[in-house]
Amino acid sequence: MRARKKKIDGNSFLLMITIVLFAIMYVIGMIVFADKNFGKLQVFLNLFINNAGLIVAATGMTMVLITGGIDISVGSVIAMTCMLLAWMMEIKGMGAIPSLVIVLVIGLIFGLVQGFLIAYLKIQPFIVTLAGMFFARGMTAIISTEMISIKNSLFLSWANAKIYLPFGGTINRKGVMIYPYIYPSVVLAILTLIAFFVILKFTKFGRSVYAVGGNEQSALLMGLNVKRTKLKVYIVNGLLGAFAGFLFCLNTCAGFVEQAKGFEMEAIASAVIGGTLLTGGVGNVFGSLFGVLIKGTIETFITFQGTLSSWWTKITIAVLLAFFIILQSILAKKKQKK
Amino acid sequence: MNNTLKKITGYRLFLPLVCLALVLLVNVIKTPNFFAISIQNGVFYGYIVDVINRASELVILAVGMTLVVAASGGTDISVGAVSAVAGAVAIFIIGGGEASTDFYHAPYILGFFAALLAGTLCGAWNGFLVAKMKIQPMVATLILFTAGRGIAQLITGGNILYMRVDSFKQLGGFIQGVPLPTPVFVAIFVVLITLFILKKTALGLYIQTVGINAKAARLVGLNSVLIQFLTYTFCGICAGIAGMIITSRVYSIDANNAGLNMELDAILAVALGGNSLGGGKFSLIGSVIGAITIQALTTTLYAMKVSADQLPVYKAIVVIIIVSLQSPELKRMLRNAKLQLQNGQQGKKVA
Repeated sequence: MRARKKKIDGNSFLLMITIVLFAIMYVIGMIVFADKNFGKLQVFLNLFINNAGLIVAATGMTMVLITGGIDISVGSVIAMTCMLLAWMMEIKGMGAIPSLVIVLVIGLIFGLVQGFLIAYLKIQPFIVTLAGMFFARGMTAIISTEMISIKNSLFLSWANAKIYLPFGGTINRKGVMIYPYIYPSVVLAILTLIAFFVILKFTKFGRSVYAVGGNEQSALLMGLNVKRTKLKVYIVNGLLGAFAGFLFCLNTCAGFVEQAKGFEMEAIASAVIGGTLLTGGVGNVFGSLFGVLIKGTIETFITFQGTLSSWWTKITIAVLLAFFIILQSILAKKKQKK
Repeated sequence: MNNTLKKITGYRLFLPLVCLALVLLVNVIKTPNFFAISIQNGVFYGYIVDVINRASELVILAVGMTLVVAASGGTDISVGAVSAVAGAVAIFIIGGGEASTDFYHAPYILGFFAALLAGTLCGAWNGFLVAKMKIQPMVATLILFTAGRGIAQLITGGNILYMRVDSFKQLGGFIQGVPLPTPVFVAIFVVLITLFILKKTALGLYIQTVGINAKAARLVGLNSVLIQFLTYTFCGICAGIAGMIITSRVYSIDANNAGLNMELDAILAVALGGNSLGGGKFSLIGSVIGAITIQALTTTLYAMKVSADQLPVYKAIVVIIIVSLQSPELKRMLRNAKLQLQNGQQGKKVA
């Protein structure tokens, strides 16, 4: 029992570091870019606006990683979803709602097939989702190699509906009070995150996800249906992938083949920075949220700075990743010694 | 008769070879001129030459990847990015950092070894994280996967650097008077050297032992950490060589696209070669066959006029079919179904 308590302490320690690091980075940003209004609430909200899709994708990824699996098809699924949405609405003239439903169902089926191959045929998740990644990216190209912009009025009204916050307003040069705003995509992303926090923490399904990831053998001996749990996880993950694609599409309002390339690695990196172990059994969706926010902050830094090139984002994220990964391994070693 | 059949189908390389044969068989029906080889300007031309030529980098990467998978039960997802780094280093040194140049600013050999050194260093970093720090391979190599292209862009200044010297194109093209493309020889050289080291020393056995159980290997006196470290470093060198071939082929380096998705193909090659991604026993030749299968598939689809963007769909379907066939779970499910069927029939007879 005591050992278990210590384990949790170590993990919340990692989560704490992530949160503290985010706070420090943000404060530094406020000081360095004070003249450019880094401290404005809107800048903070933009982190969510720009990364709504990533938050949802990282939530699904966290769940998959907790089971000890991996999903590298997310980026391609997002591209396929965006392309499908654009194609159905613009070329086929379908409504926004039926298109959304179809896309979600496709995501679900995608997850179902992947889950079946992984859970029941016991093929490595990496290989299955690698094939999934190829498949989805290729399908995107088969639907259309040209970029399709979305002009559906209902969809655009979702995308551009600003929700103003009732507080934190600033007065601009003309003396007009401007309140900070968010888009519906942010609300949906946050709701998804909270829902999955609750599901993973308090439902039977959530607890079996952790059990399967912690030790598959013991989970089996405990009487859990390991295969079915894994299948469910990948189905839900497929659904979340399509949903993330929808949110992503609300931001870009277009479908094109090269969209969201490398997105899966961003999701994995966010989860790892947020304290999820790739060995499975350990992880928290809120940690992943902070992973996403840290990535967003680095990007904001680089835009605000202006002269740095975009590849510094990659290098900084990799350095942070290295830092967290090494920290995790040191903590794990310490635990073993005790 | 039954015994010999079992012996043949039980042979490790049986399934990978069947897969390759199947891919080639499709060509016999669909593109009859697939196997035609002609001689133009003193060099061989034809689809089949193209397959072997284009598969070279993949074969080299697959060799490194096989050892990494065997020793650590994990994959190195940074090889594509490392190739880009190696290529960027080489062209930066030889071309003096200029965007386009038509003479060597530094000796070729210097650039070549600098590229290998860059690959070695990247591999060593991965090896250090995996072997010494005990970090899962995928996570450890995720760092260079993310940073690699950034570093390469840092070296090239975000531009595509061109190196328009004929002798620079030789590594990825043809050497005067030799009818076969140079990459093929490089790939054969790498495979032979690796096979020689693995078979003539105990290293091959050590790698398997460490892969099956690193702790037990240490208890019998093997330096597990060193062996894992060496496999990753070797994989880095392979990525460096592959990077040189890739840059030489297009006599330029584009940090964003050089070796893109090569890591995925390399891992696939290992899996298609019948190797378990869980580590332990491995077959280098299997991976080589796997790599050639992937390239044969790609070239086949091109020959059938499938566009490059749509290619991944077919690749994915074939991959899933092949790995499903190799899955022992599927065999068990089929056997159970068959047994149930038989039982059902017997039950009927009794009744």
